[in-house]
Amino acid sequence: MSVLAEVTGSIGSVGYGLAAIGPGIGIGIVFGLGVQAIARQPEAYNLIFRNMILGFAFAEALALIGLVMPFVYGT
Amino acid sequence: MTAIALAAGALPAGTGTHTILAEEFHAPGLGLFEWEPLFNIGPVGVTKPMVLAVVLSGLLIAFFWAAFRRPQIVPRGVQNVGEVGYLFIRDDIARNIIGKKGDQYVPLLFALFFFIWTFNLASVIPIAQFPVTSRFGYPAVLAAIVYVTWVGVGIKAHGLGGFFKAQIPTGLPKAIYPLIIPIEYASNLIVRPFTHSVRLFANMFAGHLLIALFAITAWHFLVEQPTVLGFGVGIIGVLMTIVMTAFELLIQALQAFIFTLLAASYIGSALEEAH
Repeated sequence: MSVLAEVTGSIGSVGYGLAAIGPGIGIGIVFGLGVQAIARQPEAYNLIFRNMILGFAFAEALALIGLVMPFVYGT
Repeated sequence: MTAIALAAGALPAGTGTHTILAEEFHAPGLGLFEWEPLFNIGPVGVTKPMVLAVVLSGLLIAFFWAAFRRPQIVPRGVQNVGEVGYLFIRDDIARNIIGKKGDQYVPLLFALFFFIWTFNLASVIPIAQFPVTSRFGYPAVLAAIVYVTWVGVGIKAHGLGGFFKAQIPTGLPKAIYPLIIPIEYASNLIVRPFTHSVRLFANMFAGHLLIALFAITAWHFLVEQPTVLGFGVGIIGVLMTIVMTAFELLIQALQAFIFTLLAASYIGSALEEAH
């Protein structure tokens, strides 16, 4: 079978780039909506900010697992 | 390469006796996190992160000992600082997240927050320059303590059966339960301690790697292999090292806060009445 297209080099980096898309979108949504909520109701700042940070932490964990996995499973 | 890595606090001292002039740029890797034992106590090789952990814990204990040894009604000096920290944990984390029952968990949350923050801060302290929490053992044990605590608290509050029943949300269509039960158990009891510790570990790991990367870039292009074209890259490396150090200071405090916040929210959810 002849190879029609081949990708060489640091494929792990490409994989991590792809894996970071989802959490990136998630963190964007969390902070975007959080800022919107604070703008609508500034007196609820503390409550909103705390929940914003919680949501951020959950979304961020996915990107970080993606970062760590290549080291766990090697090249 | 070895010399700069030593200068950046990246490699354990004594790994390289000969200095190799690198022909091309090598990005730092996992080697940053592997330490040769400094000395041995019996069968245990004591490495730099372990020494840092003991020294920083000692400093932390000394600080809060000084702050709270003889508490005055009108606080003076270091007691002011200690009380600001205590009130932050009690009001912003324990009472806000757990509620009225939160006060009895303040000692745990207080210790967690300040130990993690101090361990993280070691990343930017000259000479130390290594975040202790970027060795997975430290966050893993801290997450295990939190896990045992919230499971114990939940079983004590609801009984064994009640605790396992409380993990499942009620009021859903019956057909969806075979799907939701394994997902809820897996995410609450198995994945939760894992992500709790990996979040802290990976943040510190990535942050240390980033700072080291820019520091080594600057060294390589400005000192080791200075070229006309590489000069700009070296300058960017210097600036980015400074920017990333400032960013790391923010991330370190934020990660300590998030770890404590999540610990409080796990305990709070375990205490909650079944819904």
